[in-house]
Amino acid sequence: MSLMLEPSPQQIKEEEIYKTMGLSSEEFEMAEKIIGRTPNYTETGLFAVMWSEHCSYKNSKPVLKKFPVTGPQVLQGPGEGAGIVDIGDQQAVVFKIESHNHPSAIEPYQGAATGVGGIIRDVFSMGARPIAMLNSLRFGELDSSARVRYLFKEVVAGIAGYGNCIGIPTVGGEIQFESSYEGNPLVNAMCVGLIDHKDIQKGQAKGIGNTVMYVGAKTGRDGIHGATFASEELTDESEKDRPAVQVGDPFMEKLLLEACLEVVKSDALVGIQDMGAAGLASSSAEMASKAGTGIEMNLDLVPQRETGMTAYEMMLSESQERMLLVVTAGREAEIKEIFKKYDLDCVAVGKVTDDKMLRLLHKGEVVAEIPADALAEDAPVYHKPSSEPAYYREFQAMNVEAPEIDNLEETLIKLLKQPTIASKEWVYDQYDYMVRTNTVVSPGSDAAVVRVRGTKKALAMTTDCNSRYLYLDPETGGKIAVAEAARNIVCSGAEPLAITDNLNFGNPEKPEIFWQIEKSTDGMSEACLTLNTPVIGGNVSLYNETNGEAIYPTPVVGMVGLIKDTDHITTQSFKEAGDLIYLLGETKTEFGGSELQKLLHGKIFGQAPSIDLDVEKKYQKAVLEAIQAGLVSSAHDLAEGGLGVAVAESIIGSNGLGAKINTEGNAVTALFSESQSRFLLTVKKENQADFEKITGAVLIGEVTGEPTLQIVHNGETAINTPVETLESAWRGAIPCLLN
Amino acid sequence: MKFAVIVFPGSNCDIDMYHAIKDELGEEVEYVWHTEESLDEFDGILLPGGFSYGDYLRTGAIARFSNVMKEVRKAAEAGKPILGVCNGFQILLEAGLLPGAMKRNESLKFICRPVKLKVENNETMFSNVYEKEEVITIPIAHGEGNYYCDEETLAKLKENNQIVFTYESNPNGSLVDIAGIINEKGNVLGMMPHPERAVDELLGGADGLKIFQSIVKQWRESHVVNA
Repeated sequence: MSLMLEPSPQQIKEEEIYKTMGLSSEEFEMAEKIIGRTPNYTETGLFAVMWSEHCSYKNSKPVLKKFPVTGPQVLQGPGEGAGIVDIGDQQAVVFKIESHNHPSAIEPYQGAATGVGGIIRDVFSMGARPIAMLNSLRFGELDSSARVRYLFKEVVAGIAGYGNCIGIPTVGGEIQFESSYEGNPLVNAMCVGLIDHKDIQKGQAKGIGNTVMYVGAKTGRDGIHGATFASEELTDESEKDRPAVQVGDPFMEKLLLEACLEVVKSDALVGIQDMGAAGLASSSAEMASKAGTGIEMNLDLVPQRETGMTAYEMMLSESQERMLLVVTAGREAEIKEIFKKYDLDCVAVGKVTDDKMLRLLHKGEVVAEIPADALAEDAPVYHKPSSEPAYYREFQAMNVEAPEIDNLEETLIKLLKQPTIASKEWVYDQYDYMVRTNTVVSPGSDAAVVRVRGTKKALAMTTDCNSRYLYLDPETGGKIAVAEAARNIVCSGAEPLAITDNLNFGNPEKPEIFWQIEKSTDGMSEACLTLNTPVIGGNVSLYNETNGEAIYPTPVVGMVGLIKDTDHITTQSFKEAGDLIYLLGETKTEFGGSELQKLLHGKIFGQAPSIDLDVEKKYQKAVLEAIQAGLVSSAHDLAEGGLGVAVAESIIGSNGLGAKINTEGNAVTALFSESQSRFLLTVKKENQADFEKITGAVLIGEVTGEPTLQIVHNGETAINTPVETLESAWRGAIPCLLN
Repeated sequence: MKFAVIVFPGSNCDIDMYHAIKDELGEEVEYVWHTEESLDEFDGILLPGGFSYGDYLRTGAIARFSNVMKEVRKAAEAGKPILGVCNGFQILLEAGLLPGAMKRNESLKFICRPVKLKVENNETMFSNVYEKEEVITIPIAHGEGNYYCDEETLAKLKENNQIVFTYESNPNGSLVDIAGIINEKGNVLGMMPHPERAVDELLGGADGLKIFQSIVKQWRESHVVNA
């Protein structure tokens, strides 16, 4: 119960109470100017939360503007709950990624669970049926502390707990372990949905006089100011913000999902939006602002879980599993009937007005009156100063040679045990990745593949970001993040369609951090343009720092591609003894930020691998053409750990096959360099000529019937290892670190 | 043959079950919402997996009080084939239509993966198309599949050949590797693995289809005899 009296406008101003909500003095003055008086407590809260970085992108807008966001395939770009891309036959794919980093650092199970819940609502608020989930996770080193292992276990459990219960398969993702994430893990969740063009919805409050309806769970005091909390650095004190973390109820969301998907079929529905970050405040202000209307709500009518809630608390609560609907006046009963079937609250709480104001009534009084645009659109935009960090200049000046290694076999085994490379089975075993029975390619592959039931089509999807490269060189690393995602999509037999991005960075008020943001988005933009994968939406998470230490720049790329015919679906595992093994792409001496460098030195330095986007595009096109022509048996992208690790991974999944590979030049470079734009492909002998003509790839070996990996370097056997040895190292690493 | 897929609030494998019957088995099938009062028009009843009522309290503990469960009981008494998979199995246990109970997996974690099962009894209406001791691959996806019953019940299960499927490599700690059991009368089967997820080679295998084919085969034979 909050029996405490709210401070008066005068007190808020004089005692600078607005600062505790995250508003600066200049911002508070702007707010005063907009409404022509000093805002009261509720209004100050509305400004603070709507103008937080999390809701307004005030620090990131200038860089987000650079992203290419259009293309013939794009039906809905950034600005709605999720972006939409055409996949033919009057069908479309809807997807978006979102972070829940700060809540997960404090309360990992619920933080991760509600991250999943939130992104699912974004997708079904567009009218789409969610068909798959992916995630991208970052933790400190698993052997560093019990706290890191606890965060890792609980985040995975939280994702599983929510996703499994609601019945949407978690089909893929990626995890990196790096000390920069020790106090500030990253939890990014992506949801992919499927929709018929005719069912596409928008979050708009159109039609003066129409009814605003509140549906779903009741409003409680959980998550108040969560969006503000997400826009600050974490400190040792952050633990006290635990009440700002919401609690999820996947069963409630399952009911809400089914009810909303019934409602979108009704023409009585005008607009629908998720109550996500900043809950009722953002959904109402944004729906009105997008439609050029106003909304008046009577907060007495809002279903409440607790007694004595104030207007401030109701508007800023981030209680989960709620949606705001705008319904044609007079047809409320039809909508109520649908929610009644699922025993869900569905209450008329207000109406659409013509004065463009967000007006709130509580206990017979007007408690807030602010132009909706001022909250949703007119947040200040900051062009932060940017400066090139000294470490970057140092790294660029270094010339990193290939390390000298005596025992190649031992090194390969050690690399397979590196947690970032090792099997993530311990994780995805806990995710129901099969429910809805459309998952053709399960977790553990370059990209997951989900068929579109009733058609020959399938969707490939992946999340990617090697933040080590981004730390060494944000622009090149940004290009690589997009290019690698596309490479994964192509390897599965799909044409890349578009991306959603999750920009995770440190404090943008530090010029070196803002420089990272600028450079990496430059790199991403260029790659998106070259590879024809526009950005259709995403999320920004800044202030990822603990006690002043920033995370590596981590702009996660979530990409979806279209497979035209399920016959084209290709996986990374070798298929048959006698198949020829090819390498496409040039191998250079590139070890900066590599897994090998980390293994040998315990840190990374030097230059990131180089990338030529035109070459990347050419190779991707060739590989896809060869796959679609039916010439490719297996395809795998070369990533962390280089050729050695890629070959090992392709053998491990192959059910008893082996490989004999010939390499030349420097053995360490040949096996472990992380040069970009490279593919490992296998081909049946009878397809050899056609395949070579299309790709120009180099023959490097043959799949064998014996379960050993044999690598012959410059004519001499360099590695001759039973697959079992490789597999047990790769499979056992993470469980071993956890026990 | 006409199947009902019972849908409780929180069921989520209902769609998988529906499509397995419609697309792969090629029989008639309809969703039946938990408030329905009659199952008379159906020849077989399927209780799908999921998290009915959020698995709150205990898995299946709330669903068993649903309106439609009175009808499921009636259908069981009438000898109609009733198959409960995963959460469906848990509901059948809570409803007392099958003996025993579920505990959390020994690892205390949810497990999702294809597992190998042995067909212990191929003389049931759910397994007559399999060979005896045939080893099949069907996925599991559950957090509470650790089957338990008292010694007396176990002795009865063994004596009456009520253990239909066992795990080749026990994933969850279940008693004597039990993956699926049938009632004494032989028309109610509960199993943790998901046969409806193993009906299409594109998704990795079709070993589960024979369970549904068995049901249809038996039904056709008995109806031809009766005709």
